[in-house]
Amino acid sequence: MKLELRGITKRFGSLTANDHIDLTVLPGQIHALLGENGAGKTTLMNVLYGLLQPDEGEFILDGQPTAFHSPKDAINAGIGMVHQHFMLVPVFTVAENITLGVERTHALGLLDRRRTRRDVRELSERYGLHVDPDALVEDIPVGVQQRVEIVKALLREARVLILDEPTAVLTPGETEDLFRVMRELKAGGTSIIFISHKLREVQAIADTITVLRRGKVVGERPPTASDSELALLMVGRKVELRVTKAPAQPGDVVLDVAGLTVPTGDHLLTDHPAAVDDVSFQVRAGEILGIAGVQGNGQTELCEALMGLLPSVAGSVRLSGRDITSATPRDRLRAGVGYIPEDRQEDGLVTDFSVADNLILDVYDRPPFASGLSLNLDAIRSTAVKRVADFDIRTTSTSTPTGTLSGGNQQKVILAREIGRDVKLLVASQPTRGLDVGSIEFVHRRIVEQRDQGVAVVIVSSELDEIYALADRIAVMYEGRITGFRPPTTSAEELGLLMAGAGTGPDAGTQAGAASDSPGEPTEPV
Amino acid sequence: MTAVASVIRAPRTVNRRLLTAAAFAVLGLVDVFVFGHLAHAGDATFGLSLPGAAVTVPSLHVPAAPVAYALGAASIVLAIGRAAVELGQRVRRVTIAAVLLFFVVALLCWADAGNAIPLNLVNLLAVALSSSIPIILGAMAGCLCERSGVINIAIEGQLLFGAFGAAVVASAFGGLWLGLVTGSLAGGLIAVLLAVFAIRYMVDQIILGVVLNVFALGLTDFLFDRVLTPYQNRLNSPATFASVKIPGLGDIPIIGPIFFDSTIFLYITYAVVILVQVGLFRTRWGLRVRAVGEHPTAADTVGIRVLGIRYRQVILGGLVAGIGGAYLTIGSVGSFGEDMSSGLGYIALAALIFGRWDPLGALGAALIFGFATSLEQILSTLGTALPSNILLMAPYVVTIVAVASRGGKIRPPKADGKPYVKA
Repeated sequence: MKLELRGITKRFGSLTANDHIDLTVLPGQIHALLGENGAGKTTLMNVLYGLLQPDEGEFILDGQPTAFHSPKDAINAGIGMVHQHFMLVPVFTVAENITLGVERTHALGLLDRRRTRRDVRELSERYGLHVDPDALVEDIPVGVQQRVEIVKALLREARVLILDEPTAVLTPGETEDLFRVMRELKAGGTSIIFISHKLREVQAIADTITVLRRGKVVGERPPTASDSELALLMVGRKVELRVTKAPAQPGDVVLDVAGLTVPTGDHLLTDHPAAVDDVSFQVRAGEILGIAGVQGNGQTELCEALMGLLPSVAGSVRLSGRDITSATPRDRLRAGVGYIPEDRQEDGLVTDFSVADNLILDVYDRPPFASGLSLNLDAIRSTAVKRVADFDIRTTSTSTPTGTLSGGNQQKVILAREIGRDVKLLVASQPTRGLDVGSIEFVHRRIVEQRDQGVAVVIVSSELDEIYALADRIAVMYEGRITGFRPPTTSAEELGLLMAGAGTGPDAGTQAGAASDSPGEPTEPV
Repeated sequence: MTAVASVIRAPRTVNRRLLTAAAFAVLGLVDVFVFGHLAHAGDATFGLSLPGAAVTVPSLHVPAAPVAYALGAASIVLAIGRAAVELGQRVRRVTIAAVLLFFVVALLCWADAGNAIPLNLVNLLAVALSSSIPIILGAMAGCLCERSGVINIAIEGQLLFGAFGAAVVASAFGGLWLGLVTGSLAGGLIAVLLAVFAIRYMVDQIILGVVLNVFALGLTDFLFDRVLTPYQNRLNSPATFASVKIPGLGDIPIIGPIFFDSTIFLYITYAVVILVQVGLFRTRWGLRVRAVGEHPTAADTVGIRVLGIRYRQVILGGLVAGIGGAYLTIGSVGSFGEDMSSGLGYIALAALIFGRWDPLGALGAALIFGFATSLEQILSTLGTALPSNILLMAPYVVTIVAVASRGGKIRPPKADGKPYVKA
């Protein structure tokens, strides 16, 4: 099926998310849509899928102008979409999820489970997408959930399949698997729109690359186009793809985590495995430990336990020799820990508070910001003005609510607060998620600066590029355990295997032991 | 690996185990020292058939004090067992049920010990089942509604409106069936308000529910004072449905009079519970309802009309609760009285939550609450020394014990109470 988008425009208030977008997807083509976060890729696809209505423009399917008022229209026209956040009901089985909306039934609407199961099995086998129809979605790994989503689209006879950032949640191995499936689908005549902001993946799989920037199509390139050319198109200016940093000069051990175990925080289920399971590592002053791993393997809980936000049931955490295992979050902050949480809007900021107030959230009760029972507003304001200048926070004033700032500027507010005071240890979880390239560079540079000033840094990131850019040493987490420590020269393939759980067992233990006993050894960067 | 895992599990599980064991022990001690030690001398007599039954089952005579001592001792043994050994889930449930049953039996023995009037168990259970009707229907109403993602605090108001509507129409026009239908529609009317404000205008559903309850209470009170009281004979003197014995089934000793010899309301309740249970978990309708309640965006992306389903479910729930309300008037006492639902809607809500948003679970919880209510009534007619307020606490004590010992997670529908806004 040939799909054309002509002049698609979508506005949200004063913001134009999509500005007269033209795009042609040929039958059996993998068409990549490349752009930064916020470039309007997802909005465009939501418009195409009927979730949003375009303000202008039209879709042409095999020469026929078509309008989609709801996902149902899009589905009927043969368009399928795998959303970035999966549209699966966790407590339903795989088969129930796949057939939701097109249920196989007996008379009176009674569900025909046998036929459902058979249809799902047949379809998944035809495309080599193995899924167990009776498994509950909440029990299967994300990679498999994604396959469920693809089968779901195929069951509805999708001839154009939209994959929105499909690799964000996958290990490198699972990504390879996805690419295999995509090639198979393509061979069967299905067109695929592949949305990504990762150059390497786009070059590996796409037939054509359309680059989006600030809601506009800024160019179409073949997959043979160079990294720098694509990056230039995507960002609009020349970008340094790597942070320049000097070799680390590790000093004394600052953070010493031994056997830390954190139960699953969500619920009180006793038979659930631990979120963080017997994790041990050390970080020295002046080095960055990068914790790699697919999202949801205990990294979040690890960070929260380091900050005292989650209780641990076993193990210890020492900061410069002092046992802080059961210290409160405030004690830890006062002891010199800086924290950049994963979810900046939810956990990092009070979004209704002003920039100035957010900048002193951790020290509002001490001089010079407080005297007795009252706040010293002048000190708060002048500090804010200084920080806003130092950290290049783009805001109309220091009294602007942080909720109205862009993601990059919000992150700068957090960064300014957390490293504005003297810290010994900085814990940063997904510090650049969803930021534009300019802000990413800024955040990375500041983090490296901290390291060079002798701060011990722990970076958690599910983006391998970020880990490579920052880490002096890499630890990989899988299902709550550290599956290995590696130097940053390690290949992505090897890290990928660790991220998928390979390397668990005795040798991972020795790795951890080696790293914590003698950090000058092979795991240390040269 | 397993070593670490057991380290994690140990503290919580031990705590919960000891908590349950302690609860068992306390109940056992009450059995022994209150019901056993303080019992009047003599036997307790339990009647097992109603007067005029086709087959008469002889009454049961038991020595009150020894039975209470024995049951108390058994509970304490179970408590020790619970504390000492980690048991499987099924065994755990059985022990809980057993200890609660022992407690109730000991209580009944104590209450009837040395009393000339036998305690009629069949009557007790039949009354318990009838008193559960509005709670069960209310809980089903909540289930229909909340499974689609709309919180229904307004069950109380729906019951009250249903009771009012049924009484007035049945009284004015003389048709009991017409009254039943009107009661149902009156409950549906409150539901329409709930639906429009919750779904269309996205008002906070908890506040909205409470407001609707206050509204229903205020309006019915006002109308009761100004309209029903002056025209009592015309507007507030409905007949009530008579009992219908199901041929065959109704004649089974013990079971028949409890389950198959009641008003149409009980049979409607059976049907509603079965329909809701089968409907939610075995049909396309239910699959879609649950999808909308768990993950509305997912449902929307496969072309399911989220808001449409929510409207339908909320209103359906109101119609069901309205029948429960109608029971309160034309199914039992006849005339309408101020605030006659008296918190049953909230108890239905508790039953729904306690039953984990599951129709059968909610049914079980509603029956426990209904039983406690009827127990209180019957014991006070026996003239026991126990203050009725203490008995009224029984269902809540039961809830606490059960929740503490069950140790599972209570998981409401994920999108419950969250208005759906398109991406």
